[in-house]
Amino acid sequence: MNTFRLYSQFVTGSVRLVLQGNRAYWAWVAFLVALVISGGIAYTDQVRSGLVITSMRDQVSWGFYIGNFTFLVGVAAAAVVLVIPAYVYDWKPIREIVVYGELLAVSAIIMCLLFVVVDIGRPDRFWHILPIVGHLNFPRSLLAWDVLVLNLYFLVNITVVTHILYRAFSGRHYNSRIVVPLVLLSIPMAVGIHTVTAFLYNGLAARPYWNSSILAPQFLASAFCAGPAILLIVLQLLRRFTTFEIQDQAISKIAELMAYAMFLNLFLHGAEAFKEYYSDTEHLLFTRYWYSGLGVHRTLVPYAWSAVTLNVVAFVLFIIPRARRHWIALNVGCLATYAGCYIEKGMGLIIPGLTPDALGEIYEYYPSMNELRVAAGVFALGFLIFTLMLKVAVPISLGEFLSQDEHVAPAPAAHATAP
Amino acid sequence: MDRRVIPAAAVAAREDVGPAKPSRVSRREFGSCVAAAAAGWLMTACGPRRLHELSKDRLRARLRDLEREYSERYAAPVTVTDTPAMPNVLFAYALDISRCVGCRRCVYACVDENNQSRDPQVHWIRVLQMDKDRGVDFTHADPYYAPREVPEEGHFYVPVACQQCRNAPCTKVCPTGATWTEPDGIVVIDYDWCIGCRYCMAACPYGARHFNWSEPSIPRGQLNAKTHVLGNRPRPKGVVEKCTFCIQRTRDGRYPACVEACPVGARKFGNLLDPDSEIRYIIEHKRVLVLKEDINTVPKFFYFYAT
Repeated sequence: MNTFRLYSQFVTGSVRLVLQGNRAYWAWVAFLVALVISGGIAYTDQVRSGLVITSMRDQVSWGFYIGNFTFLVGVAAAAVVLVIPAYVYDWKPIREIVVYGELLAVSAIIMCLLFVVVDIGRPDRFWHILPIVGHLNFPRSLLAWDVLVLNLYFLVNITVVTHILYRAFSGRHYNSRIVVPLVLLSIPMAVGIHTVTAFLYNGLAARPYWNSSILAPQFLASAFCAGPAILLIVLQLLRRFTTFEIQDQAISKIAELMAYAMFLNLFLHGAEAFKEYYSDTEHLLFTRYWYSGLGVHRTLVPYAWSAVTLNVVAFVLFIIPRARRHWIALNVGCLATYAGCYIEKGMGLIIPGLTPDALGEIYEYYPSMNELRVAAGVFALGFLIFTLMLKVAVPISLGEFLSQDEHVAPAPAAHATAP
Repeated sequence: MDRRVIPAAAVAAREDVGPAKPSRVSRREFGSCVAAAAAGWLMTACGPRRLHELSKDRLRARLRDLEREYSERYAAPVTVTDTPAMPNVLFAYALDISRCVGCRRCVYACVDENNQSRDPQVHWIRVLQMDKDRGVDFTHADPYYAPREVPEEGHFYVPVACQQCRNAPCTKVCPTGATWTEPDGIVVIDYDWCIGCRYCMAACPYGARHFNWSEPSIPRGQLNAKTHVLGNRPRPKGVVEKCTFCIQRTRDGRYPACVEACPVGARKFGNLLDPDSEIRYIIEHKRVLVLKEDINTVPKFFYFYAT
């Protein structure tokens, strides 16, 4: 019965941890819960009256939801930026924070799946894509591939983090025979989820804006900027509000890696823009809609240039060693990266891909209030899950939250994440 | 005037399914057959399946249920058939660009025949006005032209609906297999199986797929009560729909509604496998083009210039 007792201790202890917190914690949780409720109400309205209350129409049949989905797949994939230095190069300062990267990946995947669910017209038929009970059009449909890799990546990450944390809680070292192969597997899978998501768009000859072989590398490059950007902010907050120690060296190294990724991102965008503008075929239309607008249709132009500016600023800040060690510059860089990639990957990828539509019509899409509320709800739910997971994971890493069994030796703090 | 486009022989051949010859089976073969049948039964027994996977009995029952449901909702006796494809038939369409005047009668005939939603309006056919000096060019096409009289000087008209591609991107991308190409070449959607992800709409180069963004509405007296389960039966909210070459008519040997409605005879329809058909004559003797030929969707919808 030892296992059972241990488990119930873990559950009750976690609940107790989650219910403890200072005023700032509760304000944050209340804020997120409010957004989730507002999103839930908006989603109920959407289910009742149909997707007509979004701004999507036949011309622009995917919008804000799928844009967010695409962006968040990148965030999930970005955990690999931590995993590679930690496990492949065995770099200790990062190894201690890998668990947080994986927790971020888990919550990002949850948000991805939720964004897909809120986007489909018949959520009640979701089971139709499940193999055996339904019918998954595998391997023909890239969406089927995406469903598979996203769920597998989710399983791998959640297995690794729960195993590491639970073992640390029970005062034991994690099982390397489980963790190391799974962590190594998660590296190609992280590349895989974003590549498959890129191929989802990439394979459509009907949409020349997406039908470019550079799309998957572009996806990876922007993912490896945006994901770590969130993580750097989270790590600084952890350092500030808990006794968790994160070396400056680790943070500065991640920022350096982001600078390289951002360079690649900008370079690939430049390469794409060159091909479009110099060859000047009829397919230039979509790129022009994004960067300069078509006639009076200029909704996206300010977004396009703010994305470019933010990305360039972030690159400059992170490539200068002094700047990335300065905490204001570092945070400005993180926010710029996050915002730049978010605009470019969300609206900047989906909307120009579909505008003008297949028959040349320009329908200017802009998310409706309802879409914004649903999306905010999904983000809030993801952040709530991430917050609650951190609330349990941090004390475990610090060795403050341990099984009370006397026969189990208390584990040193470092054991939580670094063997 | 005889509107039947399908040779009588082809219609008769539909019933031409003989009984299988009895043969000896080994115990092992018998065993594996039983196992396969049991597995198959288990698979189909798990909840509703895609229409083309249903057993005959279950499909029949499903059709009766639908008829009851629609008859009640629209207060009219509605029939839902599942007429299968005829053998040796591959449907194709041809449209004479030099003759089309852009009157859009086909659009509204299609709406009436196929029970498209009136509010919000769903149109399976979009008529594009183009400039004569630019040729077929989508980037300058205008679907919302509204002059007093058509045709307008200096313009020509290109109606676009589903091109029934042989290499159809929409069927390839569907994650649930809710859309496929029938043996007679018609690309259909199972409205009971579509989850409304709209990937097919992103994949379609012709904007031929339309989504029910809200509950489709058809005023009671206006329902066309003769429906086909893969075609014009009333659709639910949240699924994709498209032109099916009027599957409910053409599989009975009739012309699609748009062909009948066209006042200038610009629309032609027939069996591509019949060497004596009008469609074959057009392909062999006229200047024919297909839309977006470069992306290799291989449409069975041809545009031609008769003059």
